[in-house]
Amino acid sequence: MSDRTVAALSRSLALGKVSSVELTRDYLDRIARHNSVYNAYITVTEELALAQAAEADARRARGEHGPLTGVPIAHKDIFCTRDVLTTCASKMLGNFVSPYDATVVERLNAAGTVTLGKTNMDEFAMGSSNETSFFGAVRNPWDTERVPGGSSGGSAAAVAADLCAIATGTDTGGSIRQPAAFCGVTGFKPSYGRISRWGMIAFASSLDQAGPICKSAEDAALMMNVIAGPDPKDSTSVDAPVPDYTATLNDSLKGLRIGVPRQHLAEGLGKEVEQALQDALKVFESLGATVKEIDLPNNHLSVSAYYVVAPAEASANLSRFDGVRYGYRCENPVNLEDMYMRSRGEGFGAEVKRRILVGTYALSAGYYDAYYLKAQRIRRLIKQDFDKAFAEVDVILGPTTPHTAFKIGEKNDDPVTMYLEDIYTIGVNLAGLPGISIPAGLSSTSGKPLPIGIQLVGSDFGEARLLNVAHQFQQHTDWHLQRPEV
Amino acid sequence: MALALSDVEKIAHLARLHISTEDAEEVARRISSILELIDQMQGVDTTSVAPLAHPFDAVQRLRPDEVTESDQRDYLQKIAPATQDGLYLVPKVIE
Amino acid sequence: MVWETVIGLEVHVQLATKSKLFSGSSTTFGAAPNTQANIFDLAMPGTLPVLNAEALRMAVKFGLAIDAEIGRRSVFDRKNYFYPDLPKGYQVSQLEFPTVGKSQLEITLEDGSTRTIGITRAHMEEDAGKSLHEDFQGQSGIDLNRAGTPLLEIVSEPELRNAKEAVAYLKKLHSIIRYLGISDGNMAQGSMRCDANVSVRKKGATEFGTRTEIKNINSFRFVEKAILHEAQRQIDLIEDGGRVVQETRLYDSDRDETRSMRSKEVANDYRYFPEPDLLPVVIDEAFIEAVRQELPELPGAKCARFVAQYALSDYDAGVLSSTRALADYFEQVVAICGDAKLSANWVSVDLQAVLNKQDLEVEESPISAERLGGLIARIKDQTISSKIAKTVFEAMLESDHSADEIIESQGLKQVTDTGAIEKLVDEVIAANPEQVEQYRAGKEKVFAFFIGQAMKVSRGKANPAQLNELLREKLKG
Repeated sequence: MSDRTVAALSRSLALGKVSSVELTRDYLDRIARHNSVYNAYITVTEELALAQAAEADARRARGEHGPLTGVPIAHKDIFCTRDVLTTCASKMLGNFVSPYDATVVERLNAAGTVTLGKTNMDEFAMGSSNETSFFGAVRNPWDTERVPGGSSGGSAAAVAADLCAIATGTDTGGSIRQPAAFCGVTGFKPSYGRISRWGMIAFASSLDQAGPICKSAEDAALMMNVIAGPDPKDSTSVDAPVPDYTATLNDSLKGLRIGVPRQHLAEGLGKEVEQALQDALKVFESLGATVKEIDLPNNHLSVSAYYVVAPAEASANLSRFDGVRYGYRCENPVNLEDMYMRSRGEGFGAEVKRRILVGTYALSAGYYDAYYLKAQRIRRLIKQDFDKAFAEVDVILGPTTPHTAFKIGEKNDDPVTMYLEDIYTIGVNLAGLPGISIPAGLSSTSGKPLPIGIQLVGSDFGEARLLNVAHQFQQHTDWHLQRPEV
Repeated sequence: MALALSDVEKIAHLARLHISTEDAEEVARRISSILELIDQMQGVDTTSVAPLAHPFDAVQRLRPDEVTESDQRDYLQKIAPATQDGLYLVPKVIE
Repeated sequence: MVWETVIGLEVHVQLATKSKLFSGSSTTFGAAPNTQANIFDLAMPGTLPVLNAEALRMAVKFGLAIDAEIGRRSVFDRKNYFYPDLPKGYQVSQLEFPTVGKSQLEITLEDGSTRTIGITRAHMEEDAGKSLHEDFQGQSGIDLNRAGTPLLEIVSEPELRNAKEAVAYLKKLHSIIRYLGISDGNMAQGSMRCDANVSVRKKGATEFGTRTEIKNINSFRFVEKAILHEAQRQIDLIEDGGRVVQETRLYDSDRDETRSMRSKEVANDYRYFPEPDLLPVVIDEAFIEAVRQELPELPGAKCARFVAQYALSDYDAGVLSSTRALADYFEQVVAICGDAKLSANWVSVDLQAVLNKQDLEVEESPISAERLGGLIARIKDQTISSKIAKTVFEAMLESDHSADEIIESQGLKQVTDTGAIEKLVDEVIAANPEQVEQYRAGKEKVFAFFIGQAMKVSRGKANPAQLNELLREKLKG
């Protein structure tokens, strides 16, 4: 089977060409053979997968199935999975067997997906390269010397190397879209509040959002149909009607108004990425869309604001990791204070500690107004820029990242240069908008071909339109079908 | 703005993070460079802009006052570092 | 030097919801450790809060009862600090936009004078768990059953000027929350707790002195003792040339002293910020009106009504309206017997004495309002005298019988038959010729002796008025 999109696998399962158990064994076999190279999985749940696959086959036999029944999936290790190790790629949770399922996991389980395992990530989702994982860096399947991006690097690498049919990811500042771009797959971050955060280990509560990392926009729509929608357990999940995201995939793009932010074409954007963007615009124009330049005048402030808001929220979110009720506790604490200081000092990695410290500082007495409140005001300016833009255009198109995947270790010396690589994705989180990264080219300048991603951004809860636009692009290009040699 | 070692020490204690003396300087340097990045926003006049804490203007929904949970202590304490008689054990709490 | 004490109280009231503020765990008191702590209460990663509607209603109800501003848009914040009984490492509270805003409360002091005390705010927050310090090989044990129980923290202005005022204020709050049914206010079980901010200054000074915060005061009596003690400690300190240090102190009721809390030595920087897992709570007019409809008659209004409707003294009305249960009991008694004055006396004196002695709440009274009303009705229709009524009352404490049953079975019915009383009087006069002589010689005091003798013979059943009249007549000779 060459086309291993969920859509294609679902058809094969429906036609009885393959059983879920056969498919699952095949994937488990691929993981056994290749994961040691990519380090995409932290935990492989073979027994669970085979049991779920058998159950999925039984459901199909009874006619009680949906499109995802029997489809092998991988979950980012940030999602709680009952009775399965859930580490968030941290020593802190290195022994944490979750007592419950995240809503996303619960809904996918109910739809009959088969859990292959838990994917590697940046520790507590803090990173853009997957190098901060306690379980080691993930390698990009296109070039194992390079990073897969982050923080959902394991999910993106696993999808790219076809070590799963589809994967879950989370995106706080680009953590789905950036690794999708680096690994040549499709990564979709829905609007904030569209998908329940219950059971998704919090990094920055007002920014975090779950979404699919997959092989096509159609696959993203199939997963969205299962996981989207309000959850009584998450106060911030939005009580808005959820459409059938597959129903509008084939709508025409005639008359679609695409905006390209002037600021995204400015200095710092790699030549090949810019070329891929221009090529994509031609494709859209050929499909009847019109293109105009728009302004996002405060976009350059998004990284600054983000590095206050996200660490501030994270500094509190990560206070619960104290070695009292679960997780890592240091050896032989001499007193209570020592238990806190060392359990947290030893349990968290360097980047996580940095961000906790920055967030603590930004919230501390005397700095709250200058940092935290200031950042929240900038956040409103950024949101207002998008609101203005969406008065003129239907979707915004730009690069996902300034460059293709960088080398492992290349940006480790200075966290700030790494942070600045997220300049195109972060504003979307601050504004709570949906965004999707889709493959739009392959770079050839660095020896091995490296994927280039472009990002489409939609207005509030405009997921259906966004998936439609991405799907139409993929109907007329084949970048999303390109696979690295595994 | 550059962070002094004493600042690092203070916030590390607030955050209950042990930072070794040999790491402290490195931490101060890196955090200072992050703060420099953050300070880019200081030049923007935001006096008339209200802070935005959530992306959407939604309001809190309410849960009916019902007991929906049952005792799961034994299951939940399987993953605890130290327990006795149903209690979580910690080094002596001094009031 | 004349010193003045300045006191502000922070009163934590556990709201009487069935489930916790943000989770569906039970709030029942006294369960085995950690059996009422679910994955949210334990701060398992990935868990999220959802606000309990009833807790919000109760907070609003309190706000309406004290005529406070209701926060139309209240915001929950995170208050960050590390403590083993605080699983998330932050407490969800309300800093800038509390549900209940400014108001004031009129308190009545023992001498009958009143004072108005400002209330700054009342905000909703989560309770913490408990640290148990019994020795577990030198460690502490943490029970998180209480973690997440809804609290309303009622903060007063620093306008209380002595320990007695503080107690009066606290009792007033206690009465209101119990009237509203939003908390059982049980201080011994911790469902109402009080922290006192205490400072002293020279009488007449306008600036406040340095204050200390006393925690862990768990009875009305201890509030008074702790404040008295702390104020004196501060005065002694200053008069000895020392200085009061701003700190948190713990009241130790066993030793009747306050001592510095070591755990709170380092000045805390709580780093409050809006809780991103919760959205602003918007309370509309309809919500407020619905809560207003549920408001019961409050102690002040009830007291005034008792004075007007039943012609009670201010004092009696105040006592009888001090709790909703007592007021309801009293009104039931009146409805049965039809005599407010007698009912007031019996409830506030006789019944109250029994309740105090047996340490019972009126809800647990051994004599129901129905039985007590039945008893008073027999006094009113002169079936028994007030004196016999005491005997019946004692008997009622020992059994479940009605007043009528006891009167009947013990033959306590008052004798009002003139013939029978006359016979009685004749007997007494005949049996005590010496005393008759004395009386007739002008020794008026001997009359009481005859009454006593007659009552003794009649076993207290003779109608006192009739007896009096007949005796005087016959003794004239």
